[in-house]
This record gives sequence, structure tokens and C-alpha cells, in this order.
Amino acid sequence: MLNILWPIFIIISFIYAIFFGNIENLNKSIFSSVEEAVNLSISLLGTMCLWSGIMQIARETTFVNKLSNLLAPVMKFLFPDVKKGSTIYQEISMNIIANLLGLGNAATPLGLKAMKSMQEENVDKDVLTNSMATLIVLNTASIQIIPSTVIAIRSSLGSTNPSIIIVPVWIATICAGVVGMLAVKFFIKIGK
Amino acid sequence: MEKISVLSNLAMPVMILIIVIYGIIQRNKVFDTFLDGAKEGISVVVNLFPTLVGLFLAVGTLRASGVLDFVIQIISPVLDYIKIPSEIMPLALLRPISGSSSIAVAVDIMKQFGVDSGLGIIASVIMGSTETTLYTIAVYTSAVGIKKTRFVLVASLIADIVGMLASVAICRFLSMSFS
Repeated sequence: MLNILWPIFIIISFIYAIFFGNIENLNKSIFSSVEEAVNLSISLLGTMCLWSGIMQIARETTFVNKLSNLLAPVMKFLFPDVKKGSTIYQEISMNIIANLLGLGNAATPLGLKAMKSMQEENVDKDVLTNSMATLIVLNTASIQIIPSTVIAIRSSLGSTNPSIIIVPVWIATICAGVVGMLAVKFFIKIGK
Repeated sequence: MEKISVLSNLAMPVMILIIVIYGIIQRNKVFDTFLDGAKEGISVVVNLFPTLVGLFLAVGTLRASGVLDFVIQIISPVLDYIKIPSEIMPLALLRPISGSSSIAVAVDIMKQFGVDSGLGIIASVIMGSTETTLYTIAVYTSAVGIKKTRFVLVASLIADIVGMLASVAICRFLSMSFS
């Protein structure tokens, strides 16, 4: 995708700048953008290291496993076709918890494992099952307790309170997630 | 408003506390584990760095040449109608397509208007509450080699739009927003 977008951005900017006489600005921005990338990356290091370290503890213990037991009521509503206690059930609920904790590196492999297990049971191998579709939409809604990357960015840009956005993020994510899941249920119901 | 700020401030410390205590109960060598994870954090940032250089360049030139302002001017009448600040639109459009370029655009917005300004906060909430939808769908469907994805894209994009509208609405409601 970026192989298309990136050159388009640069070419359009260049042409526009020539037409409207902004070449000096454009030239300056080349150096300031590169410098910005350096500054942001350096200040991102602190928060990202801290959070990856803490989350490593969650990953090495049974934390994710334990929490996934709490999901039973939600699982029953979202994945009525998946039997409780089955491997697929485990993989899906651990995928959800890993997403909640912001363990992107752990969540994706778990989710893909669940997809592969479901594909084995899939009758029509070319079409997603209801549960598979639900799992994907759930993964496109970023359900995260601590949006660590944004907080890191905010703190690197000198925010007076980088984490003030946490509760607003919760509310927005829940709205998006609920609507996403209702949309899935609706489409399944009308037989799409 | 105050309660929300208290709760927001509590979330991270409480999470750290719970996980560390859980680690101790499980007899994990928590500090060694922490160091292992923190090292991984370095490689995440290092791997992200080249992407950021490239995309900051692209977004920086869009801003400096005047293209960004031009696009915003065109779309603002429509967005004003549904009460979405047009400065947010480039972010909203890129967010589902590309994670790293939406970071670049969000940083640009936060720098331009202030990280704690209304627009800065809205951009932060949008970044925190949405995912790179198209990428996620591609990863999950290609893992099992399925091309017929039924309603997945539509449902995900509906969720994204709702998430973005909700982000704007919440920030306005909490009067953290720009008037």
C-alpha cells in the first residue's frame, strides 16, 4: 500500500510547491522531518521499553490464561458455534485478552492459530465462517486497556498529561467494538 | 471530567502493579523478565525508525507545500456540517490503511496545534481507539487463504467510522475539545 501512497505524497507535494512558490518551505521541511523522526524515536524508546518489559511479565506467567476465563459470557454471545473448552475456544479467548493487554506480538499468532483451526472445520474452504468473520472484525477494533504507543508519542511531544486520553479511548473503543459486533450479528442474520 | 482524569491517571500504575505482583506470586524472576521485554522494546522502536523517517518526510512535504491545507479547505464545508474538525480528516482517511503513516499524520497534528489542544487530544484518541483495519483483514484472511470475506470489510469500516465519530464527540463532551 505504501509503495503507492508514499511516492504519490511526495510527487504531489513537489508539483504543488512549484506551482504555488513554496519550494523554500518544502526544502526546509525535508530536513526538519528527518530530525523529527529522530527526536520522536529517541523519546519513544523510554516508554516502549518500559511497557514491553512489563508486558513480558504478563506473557511469561499464566496471566493471559487466567484472564481468558473471565470471557465466558462474552464468548457465548460472540461465538455461539465454538464449543466451550475446545482448543479454538481457548485460542480465541487468549487472542482477545492479549489484544486487551496490548500484546500485539502475542495476539496475532494466537488469532492466526484460531483461524487455521477453524479453517480445518470449515465446510466451504473458500468462504469465511461466521466465527471467523467475527474474530477478524473483533481484531480490527483495537480493544486496548492501555494505548501505550499513543501515550509514548504524547509524552515524547511534551504533553503535560500523556495518559489523560485513556478513559476517552476506552469509551470510543467500546462504541466502535459494540457497533462492529452488532453489524456482524446483523449481517449474519440477514444471511450475507 | 475530574473523575475521568483520575481514572486515566490510575490505569497505568494499577496495571503495572497487578502484573508485577502476579509475577511475584507465580515465582517469576520479575526483573530479569522485565529486562528481556524491555530489550524487545528497543528493537520495536529501531525497526520502526526507517519507516518513520520515510513517512515523516512524506507528511512533512504535504504540509510544507500547502497540499494538506488545500485538501482540508476543500473538505471542510462537508465536515463542518457533521461537526468534525477538518484538520482531523487526513488522519481519519489514512488510519485504516496504514499504521505508520497515520502515526506520522497524528504527530503532525499534535505538533501543529499542540499535543494537549483539542485537536491534539482528538487525534490521540482516534489513534488509541482504532486499528489498521485493512492490514489486519489482509493478515487474517491470507493466513488461511480465503478470498471471499463476506461482510468483514464493511462491518470493520462501520466500526472504524463509529470509533472516530465517538472520539470527536467524547472529546467535545469532556470540553477538552477545540471550539
